[in-house]
Amino acid sequence: MKEIEASKITEAVKKLVMDANYFIGDDVKKAIEDAIEKETSPTAKEILNMILENHKISREEQLPMCQDTGVAVFFIELGQDVHIVGEGYEDAINEGVKQGYTEGYLRKSMVGDPIIERKNTGDNTPAVIHTRIVPGDKIHILVAPKGGGSENMSEVRMMKAADGIEGVKDFVVERVKKSGGNPCPPIVVGVGLGGNFEMSAILSKKSLTRNFGQRNPDPKFSEVEVELLKRINKLGIGPMGLGGKTTALEVFIEYIPCHIASMPVAVNINCHAARHKEITL
Amino acid sequence: MAELHKLKTPLKDEDLESLKIGDKVFLSGVIYTARDAAHKRLVELVKKGESLPFDIKGAVIYYVGPAPAKPGYAIGSAGPTTSYRMDPYAPALLDIGLKATIGKGGRSQEVIDSMVKNKAVYLAAVGGAAALIAKSIKKAEVIAYEDLKSEAVRRLEVEDFPCIVANDIHGNDLLKEGVEKYKEE
Repeated sequence: MKEIEASKITEAVKKLVMDANYFIGDDVKKAIEDAIEKETSPTAKEILNMILENHKISREEQLPMCQDTGVAVFFIELGQDVHIVGEGYEDAINEGVKQGYTEGYLRKSMVGDPIIERKNTGDNTPAVIHTRIVPGDKIHILVAPKGGGSENMSEVRMMKAADGIEGVKDFVVERVKKSGGNPCPPIVVGVGLGGNFEMSAILSKKSLTRNFGQRNPDPKFSEVEVELLKRINKLGIGPMGLGGKTTALEVFIEYIPCHIASMPVAVNINCHAARHKEITL
Repeated sequence: MAELHKLKTPLKDEDLESLKIGDKVFLSGVIYTARDAAHKRLVELVKKGESLPFDIKGAVIYYVGPAPAKPGYAIGSAGPTTSYRMDPYAPALLDIGLKATIGKGGRSQEVIDSMVKNKAVYLAAVGGAAALIAKSIKKAEVIAYEDLKSEAVRRLEVEDFPCIVANDIHGNDLLKEGVEKYKEE
């Protein structure tokens, strides 16, 4: 049994949420640079160049790349031989979110009840926390701040096995087409297949934490990722929906087993600010 | 060819007559911020016939909820939010003199029709280029609804704020026409 102070989790979370909002991954930067080469629309090229310039300012001045610094979404692998000492586990994470969003000049975007009062909670808590208990004595913390504009364009659909993989592909493409310029294209498309209603959605969100270029290890599904990316980039939506060849930068698919009667499909859309940072304690 | 227009607020009809979809605009002067929650209150005032917290004649509303300002900065990162959420409220404000809105994503046909009727435009700013856009905002001050925090109404002084004409006064829509032009199937 290894003891880890809850305050260590708070400290780590505080730094992760700030870093995730200031420092975009090199994979995203490279994907935007490649897109500029391929674009034929002058407006699209100009927008992509502004996104690169924005990355630079954000990194150099430690300013959030987007004012929507998101819901703080966590994927945590908690070793079964870890004993957390002090505060409660989720309290320690939320305290880190509060400190990071306050001291890091990040926007507080959470409202307490979703429809009647919609009063801002003031510190961007509560976080959305997905925890898996795994063998070992370490804690792996990944945070992926998720913006509202792209989240609003996401959808879960309970499809039929008879729809087949072609039906799934059409659903994903249709979802992107309907979203147009709303989710801040170029987007990243996360697809969760199988599980049940809620698992498909969690899986689609999890897929968005992959680094660009990291394909599904199963070739049956990695082929679909590549095919879908090509189809989506033929839609013409382009950066900010103003026309162009760069509608998506990546498509990620994750799958797990499901019930014989079911075929849940979740499409979680992310904007080009595909932010995530991780650490192992 | 896309042209560059340098415009100063408040906007007049003649400022907008030559704008075409796809043109670039550098906007200077005073603009106001409002998102869903503030729009709800603004439109309630309009319905009651009460005065708004700023002069709507020739005004520009920027759909944004900025991040807090770091010390030494006028404002935090401040990119556009998605405009369709303000579609239910926009015509009521366009009818009383609002001349331009700035946001991201497309507008409803109702808003487009209202822009044609009222000679107003919709300008697209680059979503996610929030730190860059903030450089063109020289001063920011909350003028109403402070309780809404990042969603409060702010008066912004801007210099060469960069945007693209997405809907002109003639009913053209870059979000439709741009996609038509570049789609491959």
